Formats: sequence, C-alpha cells, structure tokens
Amino acid sequence: MKPARGTGGPPVLLIILGISGLAVFALPLAGLLARTPWAKLGSLLTGDVVTDALGLSLLTSLAATAIAAIIGVPLAWLLARVDFPGRTIARGLVTLPLVLPPVVGGAALLFAFGRRGLFGQPLNEATGLLLPFSVWGVILANTFVAAPFLVITVEGALRNLDQRYEGAAATLGASRWTLLRRVTLPMIGPSLVAGLVLTWARALGEFGATITFAGNLQGRTQTLPLAVFVALESDRDAAIALSLVMVAVSLTVLVALRERWWKGF
Amino acid sequence: MEGLLGLNADFSVRREGFRLDLKLSIPPGRTVALLGPNGAGKTTAVNVLSGLLAIDQGRIELVGAVLDDPGAGVFVPPEARRVGVVFQDYLLFSHLSVEENVAFGLRSRGMSKESSRTRAGEWLERMGLLDLARRKPGQLSGGQAQRVALARALVTEPDLLLLDEPLSALDVSTRVQLRRGLAEHLEQFTGPRLLITHDPTEAFLLADEIHVIENGTITQAGSADDIRLRPRTHYVADLAGSNLFLASAHNRAVDVHGHQLQIADDFEGDVLVTIRPSAISLHQHRPEGSPRNAWLTTIELIEHLGERVRLRTGPPLPLTVEITESAVVELSLSEGKEVWVAIKATEIGVEPE
Repeated sequence: MKPARGTGGPPVLLIILGISGLAVFALPLAGLLARTPWAKLGSLLTGDVVTDALGLSLLTSLAATAIAAIIGVPLAWLLARVDFPGRTIARGLVTLPLVLPPVVGGAALLFAFGRRGLFGQPLNEATGLLLPFSVWGVILANTFVAAPFLVITVEGALRNLDQRYEGAAATLGASRWTLLRRVTLPMIGPSLVAGLVLTWARALGEFGATITFAGNLQGRTQTLPLAVFVALESDRDAAIALSLVMVAVSLTVLVALRERWWKGF
Repeated sequence: MEGLLGLNADFSVRREGFRLDLKLSIPPGRTVALLGPNGAGKTTAVNVLSGLLAIDQGRIELVGAVLDDPGAGVFVPPEARRVGVVFQDYLLFSHLSVEENVAFGLRSRGMSKESSRTRAGEWLERMGLLDLARRKPGQLSGGQAQRVALARALVTEPDLLLLDEPLSALDVSTRVQLRRGLAEHLEQFTGPRLLITHDPTEAFLLADEIHVIENGTITQAGSADDIRLRPRTHYVADLAGSNLFLASAHNRAVDVHGHQLQIADDFEGDVLVTIRPSAISLHQHRPEGSPRNAWLTTIELIEHLGERVRLRTGPPLPLTVEITESAVVELSLSEGKEVWVAIKATEIGVEPE
C-alpha cells in the first residue's frame, strides 16, 4: 500500500519492531523446514507411529470440539443470558483452563477422574469405565483445555447480539427452540465458527494435560504432539516429519477458514 | 360493546423506575396513533401488547380473548399471540433472504416449506417485492425494507397490527413518499392498528384517532382536530402549534377546509400545508401591502408561555398563532376580540401528500 502524500511512510521504529515480531513466528518454521529430510519424507510419513498419531489426533481433537459445541454453547447461553447467583464464579471457572498450566489441569483431571479419583472411582465401580490412559481420557483432557475458547467466544457474541431480533422472531410465532435454531445461532454464526476453530486448534496441539492424564501409549493415547516429543529423543527425522504434518494440517485449516468464515475475527 | 372484536387494553407496567399506564380501545379497521416524545413509554407499549413484556396490573384483550391478566393468572406468550409487529429499524433477519424473512412466521407456525413459500410469494407480489425475493436485507433500500417488514408482519394474518416508528428509519425525502404507500397498505389490514410515532405529521395523516403519551401516561386523546385545536399540555401545544392541514392545491392556491390560501409555488392535487405559528401576523386593521392572505377573525384563546404568547384564532380557518407579550399589549388583544390575520404566501409550507 502506498502511503498518502505528505504523511510520509510508517515510522522506522515501527517497521523494525514489526518485522522482529514476524521473525519470532517465521524463524522456527524456517529452522524446521531447513532440517527436513525431504528424500525420506515419504517413508517417514507412512510409518505406524505417524499414521497412528495423526489418526488419533484428528479423532480426539474433533471429538473434543464436538463435545465443546454440545455443552459449551448452552453454557455460553446461560452465562450470557441468565442472571444466576455465582455467575461471576462460573465465568472464572470457565476461563481458568486458559491460564492454568496444562500439566496442572491434567493432574486435576487425574484426581477427579482417575482410578481412585473423586468421581473416577464410583464411575469405574458402576460402569467399569476407566478414563485415564484411554482415548476417552485424551478427549476429556482436550475438552477441558480447549472448550473455554468456544464458551468465551460464543458468550461474547450472545451478549453483543441485539435481543430485539429474538423478540421479533417470537412475535412471528417462533418457539424458544425455533428461535434459537433459526435466529440466535445463525446470527452468531461467525463467532460460533471462530470459537470452534480456536477450540479445535487448541485441542490438536494439546500436550501437557493429555500426557499427565491419559499417558503416552502409541495407538491409544499418543497424539501428534506426544509423538513429536518422544521422537525428538529417539528419531529426529521422524520428529521433523510429524511436526511438518501438524504445521500442514493446522495451516491449511486456519487459512481456509479465515478466508471463508472468520474474516472479521 | 365497542371493540369486542378489536383490542381492549387497560394496564400498568413498571420497569426500572419507569411506569406506563395505558388504556386503549381499538375497533377493527381503525388506526390509533400513540404519539409522544422519546422515552414516553411507546416502545414499552409495543413490548407489552406483543407479549415481550408482562403487565403488572390490568388486562389486555384481543378479539374477545384475554392475552394478559395477572389478576386471573393469564399470560399468553408472544409466539402464541396473533399480533403482527413492524419493529423500529424493521429488525429483518440479515442471514435470511427477503422471501425467507416473509415466510418465517408461517414456518414457525408449522406450515410446510412449500405452502409457506407460495404464501410468502403472494405477499411479496402484493407489496411489489417479487423481484427482491432472493435478496438479503442488507441489499435493500429503507423503503423496500419497510415493505418487507410489513409483509412479514401481515402474512400470518394477525388480529392486531403494531407499527413502531415505521418511517423513522427513512430519510426525509423518501418518508413523504412512503407515508402514502404505508397508508394504502394499512387499508388492506382489516383488524385494529396501532401506530407508534413521535412525528405529529405521521400521526395526523395515518391515524383515525390520536393518543398522546407523555411520561408513561396518556395526556390527551381524540381526533387530529381535537388534538390540534384544543391542546391540553405544553407538549401537545408544541406539536399542534405547527398548523398542519390536509388540503387540495390548484395552481398557486390551496383549499383548506373550504378556505382559500395563496401560496408561492405551483402545486396540483392533495398536499400537506404547514404554517409556523410565528409566521402569522395579527393586525387591528386590514393590513396593506404584500400579504395576500388576510381575513377577519376573533381570538378564542390566549395562553401565556413566558416570553411568548400562544393564541388560538376562530373561523373561518382556526390557527395557532405565536406572538410576543409586547405585541399582545400593543394590539390590546383579549379573548373574544376581533382581529385581522395575515400570512405571506411564502410562509406557507406545501408538500405533496
């Protein structure tokens, strides 16, 4: 973009700092690409460890996103629309996983849903279900860490929505449910999509809570980030290949969605 | 039992330090205007009648059925009422097409997709909107959006039509043109109609009866002439003070209630005539010189408003006149006294109705 006549270009200091900022994001990626063993890439990517981890990561991150949508949207609605006692505390609880170290989250999950956990033990005795070190454990850890993104984004959108539109729909005969489905959700659509994407991206990259709560079993709980971490110790080339997969998947989805859905975000 | 088939409302509702008391009776086919300044409780009235807000006391009846009566424990929610609303700013659903907006009420009430499309299509045609069926509300002009809002409200065949400031979202030039279109569309609706407005011109032209609302209560109710000629509060007096008439024009003259006035420009057909009260001069003798509109009348009412004095003149053309206190003394004016009225042709505002 050409600067307007008479205003001069952008300040030099701003340019230097801005480019430094970009470097922080670009240089690590350059390092990764520079060390990539392009010739072996094909065989590396088709190995068991990679395909297992990729499959598991996609499954668990998408499952966590779906669960976040199912329970997160109603929670966001309650937080935005219902003035219940303790709403501020509830809002704080939802935000907590955003600032808590994921390892602490994983430990908390273990104390709550572990074999001897507060809820895990009765659950195990009643149903035989054991969450830690299972795919369900990974999904739960992902949901715990990632769902706040959805709840916070959707709650903000609901609070900003002009409620008169919902009133208008009601006078046209729409039941509470029709109104939610045909007016409220479509009107907050862009924010909902943005929240889902952020949640999915966070779940895909989840490491700390997953390894603490669900362990690191290949084919069962070893997601892509865990596989990268393990491979760095044993097989550097495999680690790079796994990392590239993550970069490719994340970048494709984020760029594609940014263009189509969440321009304004 | 007047209004048995129409709307009968008599209620009070309190909201955050504000209280609205309203008594309204609107028979089918009649338009009542609720005219008042911002913050008078007009939108609260819309919310109450449409069911978005429950009343604290009183009773609302529509077509003989009780919609809200806290004493009897009855409250019909908005989705179960048959009340069509044209909201302020129209509130069209931006994610739905024009056709889907109009079909929304039918779909919500359980009509099939096919039938509701057909019915919506009929209304779009009636409103001259068929070409715009696939457009999104963001691509419509203010006037088109207003007609979509009206079609959306009427397609479900409501028992009551509420119009909340239906013209205020439009710019001045389109407002005049659309007011006429709105009047025609309103004729098609046979049930009771309530028009909410802060614009006296709108109320005078579109309504059969005007209720003036100030600070949550009705301060005056009656026909346009009652309000205009016998204002009971300062607000009404200020509104009515604009000397507003429906007239027919021919060449450079208008006929106002059988009285001829000379105007400055050529007009033909129905027009709206406005004369500012301060543009009218009063004289003891027949004025000489330029004013071509002059006639002898009597002073019917004198009202002192601080520095200014507001007078009401009698037949042949009753007017509200505003002059200074010193002019009153100079002309030794008193109620019942004869006086000459003069208005310059250039001071008479004329716009096509």
